[in-house]
Amino acid sequence: MVLEAASDGWVVTKRNLLKIKRVPDLVIFSTIQPIMFVLLFAYVFGGAIATPGINYREFLIPGIFVQTVAFGAGITAIGLADDLQKGIVDRFRSLPMSRGAVLFGRTSSDLINNVFTVIVMSITGVIVGWRINEGFLRGVAGFAILFLFAYAMSWISAVIGLSVKSVEVAQSAGFIWMFPLTFLSNAFVPTSSLPSVLRPVAEWNPISSVVLALRELWGNAPAGAANGTGFPAQHPIWLSIGWCLLILAIFVPMSIARYRRAASR
Amino acid sequence: MADAIIAERLGKTYGSVNAVVDLDLVVPEGTVLGLLGPNGAGKTTTVRMLTTLITPTSGRCEVGGIDVCAHPDQVRRIIGVSGQYAAVDDYLTGYENLEMVGRLYHLGKRRARKRAFELLEQFELTDAADRPAKTYSGGMRRRLDLAGALVVHPPVIFLDEPTTGLDPRSRLGMWGVISDLVKAGSTLLLTTQYLEEADRLCDEIVVIDHGRAIAQGTATELKSQMGGEKLAVAVGDHEELATAADVLRSVGVDEPEVDDQAREVTVHIDRGTAALVEAVRKLDGADITPTNLEIRKPTLDDVFLTLTGQPAQEETETGGTA
Repeated sequence: MVLEAASDGWVVTKRNLLKIKRVPDLVIFSTIQPIMFVLLFAYVFGGAIATPGINYREFLIPGIFVQTVAFGAGITAIGLADDLQKGIVDRFRSLPMSRGAVLFGRTSSDLINNVFTVIVMSITGVIVGWRINEGFLRGVAGFAILFLFAYAMSWISAVIGLSVKSVEVAQSAGFIWMFPLTFLSNAFVPTSSLPSVLRPVAEWNPISSVVLALRELWGNAPAGAANGTGFPAQHPIWLSIGWCLLILAIFVPMSIARYRRAASR
Repeated sequence: MADAIIAERLGKTYGSVNAVVDLDLVVPEGTVLGLLGPNGAGKTTTVRMLTTLITPTSGRCEVGGIDVCAHPDQVRRIIGVSGQYAAVDDYLTGYENLEMVGRLYHLGKRRARKRAFELLEQFELTDAADRPAKTYSGGMRRRLDLAGALVVHPPVIFLDEPTTGLDPRSRLGMWGVISDLVKAGSTLLLTTQYLEEADRLCDEIVVIDHGRAIAQGTATELKSQMGGEKLAVAVGDHEELATAADVLRSVGVDEPEVDDQAREVTVHIDRGTAALVEAVRKLDGADITPTNLEIRKPTLDDVFLTLTGQPAQEETETGGTA
């Protein structure tokens, strides 16, 4: 049973990856955008944002990584909405295949897409002066958290893709909420620079936790209060993992339930 | 002979809309049942219930002797489904589409591959096997979709409007393919809007409208219920209408209908071309040269006019299904 489910998931993953191969535009544009962000923030805002004890570009890169994988996860909504609209989900559902395979296959191929984007971004980061300063293992741990987060975000996106009525709606509904989510965080500016009303929101934002975890693991964090205050600032790594598991615990069952319902309308 | 498909008082309700109401169907093994009706009649909803895609609101159904609601997984192993919108992946090649379906039926790599090549051959897609389905014509996509439904030689096949939107040539090709399936002994349920298609492919036809079965029988039975064929004569001049009507009265089986505006007279006939020949002779004798002269076979519209007193009307339906 489990083997069949894994094999079905892999067949669907492969099918989605073939699409990326046939239509590389999507990857190209989803890669150009983060590179543009790195360059714009590094060179336009870089001088105006104070990050005590650390070069802004080093501070910035983990933030851009997290923002990018969050947006990258938005593709899950589009892919699922597209399959529903084109009737491919009906075909899948009339086959004796594992029920979750379409969703696991979709989130897996979107994760692979995200990994590819992060590789391109890392190279861009290194070029503008970003470094992992804390050794190999902590470097790997940082990427592991980043990809766990990317995967968790894909499942939120899956629920959106299964709830909307068309690809066009998925295109905006899948992304619009990510702007406040990623900007109301420590991704681009230290939370200490935010108005006091917004500060706790930004500090407890899962995006901030993941960004801070990466900064700590990679040695890209600014000194002292610029990291924020209180519990989220002190335990970013465990808090990030906790956020990701919480998101998965809620959104995986929710997606599967929606998938059944969306397809059986 | 066992019954491959059974539906008993099957119903599906969306909010206050009754998509399908108390539908009874029986399809004996190895036969073809046509569900004939206009858009929005409930054809697709019925197919989706029988193929495990949606749950009926009421009633029950069986496919291959298995209760569909109780054991959907077992039903999925013995059915092939080809939907109204060809469910092929545009970005995969024809071969990749079929291989993927084979893998999802758990055929294993080698058998999935072999079966994909067989089907491509059978459906004349071998030359296009390595092209993305995006580049296929409408007819090719339909054939590929149908091939996908046949990967595991399913004993029961559902085809939802297999020829809607196809050009006449592709439609003929599709009919050929479907006839071959029937000869090979499969049980088929197909939905269509075309009486001609149902006539040609189906052993038994169920006419549905507003989710209800309104007539059932063989194509011949249905046609005779509708008064059969008509002979139509159009003339160039209004003065000739009355004479043409006299001629048709003498060859037809009922009182001719005269359409002043179209300058056309029609009458029901029961002798086919013999009536046509006689009419030609008589018209010639009366010195009338018709501008048009034809035998009209009953269409879906005639079925509906006869059965409901209203022409088949298109309806928009909730949930995007027809």
